[in-house]
Amino acid sequence: MTTTVTPAAPGPAASPSGASRSVPRLRTPRRGHTAGRPRRSVLLTVLTGLVLLYSLVPLVWLLISATKTQEGLSRSFGLWFDGDFALWDNITETFTYADGVFTRWLLNTVLYVVVGAGGATFLAVLGGYALAKFDFPGRRAVLAVVIGAVAVPGTALAVPTFLMFSAMGLTNTPWAVIIPSLISPFGLYLMWVFAGEAIPTELLEAARIDGAGEVRTFFTVALPLLAPGIVTVSLFTMVATWNNYFLPLIMIKDPDWYPLTLGLNSWNAQAETAGGQPVFHLVVTGSLITIVPLVAAFLLLQKYWQSGLAAGSVKE
Amino acid sequence: MHKHSRRLLRGIGLVCALALGATACGGSDDGGSGPKNVSESDVRAALEKGGTLTVWAWEPTLKEVAADFEKEHPGVEVNLVNAGTGNDQYKALQNAMSAKKGVPDVAQVEYYAMGQYALTKQLTDLTGFGAGKLADQYSPGPWNGVKAGGEGVYGLPMDSGPMALFYNKKVFDRHGIEVPTTWDEYVDAARALRKADPKAYITNDAGDAGFATSLLWQAGSRPYTVDGTEVRIDFSDEGAKKYTGTWQKLLDEKLVAPVTSWSDEWYKGLGDGTIATLAIGAWMPANLASGVKDTAGDWRVAPLPQWEAGAEASAENGGSALTLPELGGNEALAYAFVEYATAGKGVDTRVEGGAFPATTAQLNSREFQDTKFPYFGGQQVNKIFAESAANVADDWSYLPYQVYANSIFNDTVGKAYISDTTLAEGLKAWQDASVEYGNEQGFTVEK
Repeated sequence: MTTTVTPAAPGPAASPSGASRSVPRLRTPRRGHTAGRPRRSVLLTVLTGLVLLYSLVPLVWLLISATKTQEGLSRSFGLWFDGDFALWDNITETFTYADGVFTRWLLNTVLYVVVGAGGATFLAVLGGYALAKFDFPGRRAVLAVVIGAVAVPGTALAVPTFLMFSAMGLTNTPWAVIIPSLISPFGLYLMWVFAGEAIPTELLEAARIDGAGEVRTFFTVALPLLAPGIVTVSLFTMVATWNNYFLPLIMIKDPDWYPLTLGLNSWNAQAETAGGQPVFHLVVTGSLITIVPLVAAFLLLQKYWQSGLAAGSVKE
Repeated sequence: MHKHSRRLLRGIGLVCALALGATACGGSDDGGSGPKNVSESDVRAALEKGGTLTVWAWEPTLKEVAADFEKEHPGVEVNLVNAGTGNDQYKALQNAMSAKKGVPDVAQVEYYAMGQYALTKQLTDLTGFGAGKLADQYSPGPWNGVKAGGEGVYGLPMDSGPMALFYNKKVFDRHGIEVPTTWDEYVDAARALRKADPKAYITNDAGDAGFATSLLWQAGSRPYTVDGTEVRIDFSDEGAKKYTGTWQKLLDEKLVAPVTSWSDEWYKGLGDGTIATLAIGAWMPANLASGVKDTAGDWRVAPLPQWEAGAEASAENGGSALTLPELGGNEALAYAFVEYATAGKGVDTRVEGGAFPATTAQLNSREFQDTKFPYFGGQQVNKIFAESAANVADDWSYLPYQVYANSIFNDTVGKAYISDTTLAEGLKAWQDASVEYGNEQGFTVEK
């Protein structure tokens, strides 16, 4: 996302050197700009740098602030360290404050991500594959529904979902968060496009001719080819579930089932409560701990993620 | 993202409130059943029998109270849930009420928000439980609050917020500024402080409906008159003029810090002396002591500045009651808990935990008034609070849809804080918008 590769600038100067040779009348550019040696643009570099700074500053703030005590947070400048370095104390206190409820929230979030995002990915892979590789009546209708569903933000459906779940008696249980997370129209769409590009139909036909059943074809032939797409979709759903705030906010009232987002918010709200104890330093440290797994997931899966995103963008 | 979902949430909550308000005003469900009757022996029987009680409250001292209550009544289990502070909880409550499921047996509701639940009969009228005879036990402001402008009693007052002036003595001493006793002196003090230290402000105010209505209350303004579904809104009385006249000066001369209360910036300002005073409810000491530890010993409390020299008027700021939502269950048991927490032994537990009571027994007790607060340099601040509580005029009423009205405060009066609009014009705009909304909701609202 924030890689600083300057893209080849458009326009005549960027035309490959081969092209300029075929038109000898034109002044040959002093230097050929190939895909391997892109033209440097000061403007674009500066712009990219600005964007990079814009996305990194909050992170830096978070890192620095997590080293401060509650008092230190208010008496020192935001982007520099306070006198006493309290990061380790803060981490310990985050995990022990209010009977260690933070650990509980962390485990809840992991549960929601593993079951919710994992399930969403699995369903998206199954559905996307089926839509891409099987011709059946109503495929266009499914397409329309899926595209339509991508356009509807989950937040808009939250209240109706709440009323429905409430009627089924599922609110205040983990299912209230997990079940809606299982549906990822965008993931399905992505998988569909990806499966269409990544799996040659001939390969499936060959497998069928060799006598493999549909299930076996899917698991042994199609699935390995879909790996980059699966990683991409699972990253998407994982981020969405990990950061999910609004859905659990209205579904869950029992702090024992809070995910991290809600838990941190409830700590933050303590500062606005008469008689409450402001714990901004724990909110900040907790937030830092909360984003670590996401950052790790992105860094570790970066390779797959990039190839997944680019899938289908170039005709080969 | 966060801000976004908050706004969305607000919008959705509003839609729910609208839908609910419409059905409650137009419908004729359970008409004529009258208040429920639950006798003392019913309550005792329920305690014997035991059961589980779900309580939605954000008040931190209730944790201890719930534990004590369970100890005293072994069959009872109190499930204390923090469903959000203030507005967040009302939205959750509204959602649960419209789903008719998951409604708690007991819910904490602030006085300003009681009207809308009381009028739509979403809260149980506790008159039939014998709540009426507790009237003398509470100070006038909170009791007026739970009556919500009607005849019934829709909850028992848990805490109250008689106002006082908290000031940073160190800052005042450093610049040789006198502690103001009237709001005119307050403006002078604000000027003097700003002159002495351009970074310091007398207080912060970024537009806060609760604060504005409290000051109007103290100034003798009674903008809201409520009689059933007939409502009058008028921000042009004498009291309102006093308020706008004085406060406009503070805004025009930029004497108040444009900092939102309860933000981290606010805590920072309270800690570094750039916010020198707070006119706020008596529940504030606990927040100062835990949120701004660095300034322990610097702060003092003085009576709220007056609109007329020598007067002794006060007002309530914040405060909440414990209520029994109509759709909750376990009424007898719920009432037993509410009474324990707000009129019984629970009050002492809560006072020890730093809460400010609404009961006159505690307010007037020697022990309570003589408590010295190390945070305030050993000052017996409760004396000032108790006096303030007794001086609160008990004829104030909020709108039956005050939660909504407060939510549009910043769109109307808030303009006075950021543009050339005057405070009086802002109040007029707030009045018009509130009138319009009330009429849409089926109230008969006059200006």
